[in-house]
Amino acid sequence: MSKRRDDAPSGDLETKDGRHWEHPQTRDAAHHGRREEERQEPLHPTVEDNEEEIRKLELAWAAPTGFIGWFKPVNQRIIGRRFIVTAFVYFVLAGLLGLAMRLQLAVPENDFLPPEIYNQFFTVHGTAMMFLFAIPVLEGFALFVTPMMIGTRDMAFPRLNAFGYYVYLIGSSIFFVMLLVGMAPDTGWFNYVPLAGKLYAPGVGVDIWTTMITFIEVSALTAAVELIVTILKLRAPGMTLNRMPVFVWASLVMAFMIVFAMPSIIVSSSLLILDRLVSTGFFVPEMGGDPLLWQHLFWFFGHPEVYIVLVPALGIVSTIVTTFTQRTLFGYTAIVISIVATGFVSFGLWVHHMFATGLPHLGMSFFMAASAMIAIPNGVQVFCWIATMWGARIQFSTPMLYVLGFFWVFVIGGLTGVMVASIPFDLQVHDTYFLVAHFHYVLIGGSVMPVLGGLYYWYPKMSGRMMSEFWGKVSFALVFIGFNVAFFPMHQLGLDGMPRRVYTYLEEMGWSELNFISTIGAFVLAAGFATTFFNALASLRVGPKAGNNPWHAETLEWVTESPPPPYNQRHIPIVNSREPVWDWREEQERPVVLGLRSDRREVLVTSILDAEPHAVQVVPGPSIWPFLSAIAASVGFVGILFHPIFFVVSFFLAFFSFVGWFWPRRPWRED
Amino acid sequence: MLVQLRFIVRMLSIRSAIVASITILLIAGANATSITAPATDDAARVANLWWGFLAFASFVFLLVIVLLATAMRSAFAAGESSQISPRGGWYLVLGGGVVLPLIAVVGLVGSGLWIGGVIARDEPASGLTVEVSGKRWWWEVIYYDGAGKEIARTANEVVLPVGRTARILLTSDNVIHSFWAPNLQGKTDLIPGRVNESHITPAKVGVYRGLCAEFCGVQHAFMAFIVEVREENEFAAWLADQARPRTIPDDPHLRRGLEVFLAYDCGTCHTIRGTPAQGKMGPDLTHLAMRESLAAGTIPNTKGHLAGWIGDPQAVKPGVLMPPTALEPDDQEALLAYLASLD
Repeated sequence: MSKRRDDAPSGDLETKDGRHWEHPQTRDAAHHGRREEERQEPLHPTVEDNEEEIRKLELAWAAPTGFIGWFKPVNQRIIGRRFIVTAFVYFVLAGLLGLAMRLQLAVPENDFLPPEIYNQFFTVHGTAMMFLFAIPVLEGFALFVTPMMIGTRDMAFPRLNAFGYYVYLIGSSIFFVMLLVGMAPDTGWFNYVPLAGKLYAPGVGVDIWTTMITFIEVSALTAAVELIVTILKLRAPGMTLNRMPVFVWASLVMAFMIVFAMPSIIVSSSLLILDRLVSTGFFVPEMGGDPLLWQHLFWFFGHPEVYIVLVPALGIVSTIVTTFTQRTLFGYTAIVISIVATGFVSFGLWVHHMFATGLPHLGMSFFMAASAMIAIPNGVQVFCWIATMWGARIQFSTPMLYVLGFFWVFVIGGLTGVMVASIPFDLQVHDTYFLVAHFHYVLIGGSVMPVLGGLYYWYPKMSGRMMSEFWGKVSFALVFIGFNVAFFPMHQLGLDGMPRRVYTYLEEMGWSELNFISTIGAFVLAAGFATTFFNALASLRVGPKAGNNPWHAETLEWVTESPPPPYNQRHIPIVNSREPVWDWREEQERPVVLGLRSDRREVLVTSILDAEPHAVQVVPGPSIWPFLSAIAASVGFVGILFHPIFFVVSFFLAFFSFVGWFWPRRPWRED
Repeated sequence: MLVQLRFIVRMLSIRSAIVASITILLIAGANATSITAPATDDAARVANLWWGFLAFASFVFLLVIVLLATAMRSAFAAGESSQISPRGGWYLVLGGGVVLPLIAVVGLVGSGLWIGGVIARDEPASGLTVEVSGKRWWWEVIYYDGAGKEIARTANEVVLPVGRTARILLTSDNVIHSFWAPNLQGKTDLIPGRVNESHITPAKVGVYRGLCAEFCGVQHAFMAFIVEVREENEFAAWLADQARPRTIPDDPHLRRGLEVFLAYDCGTCHTIRGTPAQGKMGPDLTHLAMRESLAAGTIPNTKGHLAGWIGDPQAVKPGVLMPPTALEPDDQEALLAYLASLD
């Protein structure tokens, strides 16, 4: 039921009198502070702050400056922001490739792009959108927002976080440079063997692809491990699992899905590179291998991958719906169970990408049923949001508009998704433009629109300024109209037999009109995205200043300044409910944790279920070693494509950089 | 909403235009590829499945949009904001989020099992077995008799008798392709190291176009084929024609053409049964003149197109594996005349 209060036991850290929780082992009694009942300023903690302490805290958490300093920061918000910005750069680049493809397909028998270039473009478009944009941007949002949402000061392993970013940056840059020199893979983002084997793809393109995949996986796995540990161990006292914001739940489920899905693609891309470099023959039928093995391994990763980028986006939707209706989310428990269920079921669907491979019909039926069942958790979430919005005074700001657009687009994509779960129907539309339409409805509707909403929503927290509402609405209108014009006709093209991944088509096929309309839509869509990006850039300078909480939201990232100080919040809050910010406003009181030291990077470790304080962890500060380690690893991964000696070189480089990284520091030192 | 509506209207008119303009024939006069213009019982079942899906999905979509609009009404109206009762909310969530999808799942899985089972059933005892082997980027078509002995070999055109179930064996010795004639049957992949099967029981005489549906490299776009459904007796005559090997022509001009064919090493890749040309890389040309199209459904089989194709295949189909052949005008004339005689 939509109770405003959560009456689960909250542990014993809430003390009725003082509402402070003090670290039992604190030796620093200087800043216990006095409590004052300041009822006018409810969102400020009821303790008096010492200027000196704030200065010390700032010094301890500050990111280094200067050119070299640029490679050193480990603060969670800086890394998260870098992930988001880099991912959007790839979104623009891959989007431009998409536009070029639409231009090529606008008229029949077009010669704007020759087939070998077109094939590189769609391979890079797909790979970049999935690996370089969708996963990193959602990881970026999770890294940026979750630690603040759970009221801590940094991730559990800040240096690992930085390492993950540099690995991603290096791998993705190499991948895109390959496109510029015309050596990108041209075998599709799925790289089916034998087409991607050495015999049919002799260039370095596929080698670069497998290497890049490994980079992105390493990066995703570091982010996933970070998120899991941070979410489970660093929550503010009192934030029991059943008080965790839905977005945090979604990030947690995403992280677990990454941990279970990524090994499969690491295995498959490693087997592929072995096949290519040393002829191991895992996928070569003449050598006793099997091309279908690749498909199983790839889709065992590839299908959960879709939900990896969907689940956190749905978390963003839940956040935005809550804020812009100013209401408790209806059916919190149902939504959380749905998210977790989606995570599990998504691992049982992969064969629906392989219905046409001639597997036995009865065996495939299991996957048909599982694929259709995933409609239930998603349906539950959609109707929970509708129930939340029921009769509310909704504020139609840009983030909410993107969420409304999401409803329209995602529901269509979900319905066609259920259709293609049907084996006989899928045998007809599989690998046609019907599928292209379907997954763009799901991915742009289910992921990109919430992400853009999230960008408008969290931009004030990132930059301290608001994005323009007017241009935000213009952007939404262009995106929504452009998207539907571009992708809706593709359903019909698929039914008319237009296969995917064709660089052109004969005029006699009768596909010309719809393709032309689709191309027009693609340009409108691109104009919409461009409007948002210019809006974001311009608002950095001219945007109106945002206060702490411009949307009157209920989660913890909004109690601190915009942008937050390097330590996120002056005091770690104590949480008593699911909507702490709203409740503090009502109760005129905001309990906080005291006793963390200000002169070094301390975070509070709490228990997994009930978030009872257990210990203080001292997290490491800025360091150049994660960057150097990423370089060392890259030398090996890329160099090995050209000569085996790089494996040895990289081994020693990595050895030295890890020694530097783990050189003992003395967090216990009393200085 | 308007945008969507306009598109639906637009698409309906395009659809009827296509149906009405079957006379604007595709290359070789094939019907427009479409899964909603079925020419077999199997394809008709799937087409009906699609119409059912479309109706149900439209209903669900409209339901969601109407509920969403109802939920938002207070945001526009002047009245008080209201909240859904917990009971009402749970009815909504259970009804829309559990019951509705469950109905869909049961219907979808039931229909999928039934129709999928019918399609997958291993039935043909009609004795007609055709192997379709995917090449880069064309289709080799081999007809077998009841004992599994090869009768004839051709390329890019599958001729089937109406009303008889053809067992189609799908193989590949290179990359993965997918055999798909939308009006006849769903697609099945051709996977190296495996033999997949598809069954087609044509219900109507006609010419249908098929495509490769799995990305197979640089010329995936132009890897089409034609399925021609004929009456039983016409089919038998056609197959007998195809089985016939050639003899060395008596006409000196045609014989000169064959000599040109051999002199320019065309026989290294192509077979013309009954002549020294026994290459296996490219399509069997024994009855080239009986085919409707060249280069896997890319250009019509006319003298001019054939000359252009032989002279510069890359211009027609960039990336194709066939090398260009520069011919003296006399040689070209003789070769084209010879190839035109291969009926």
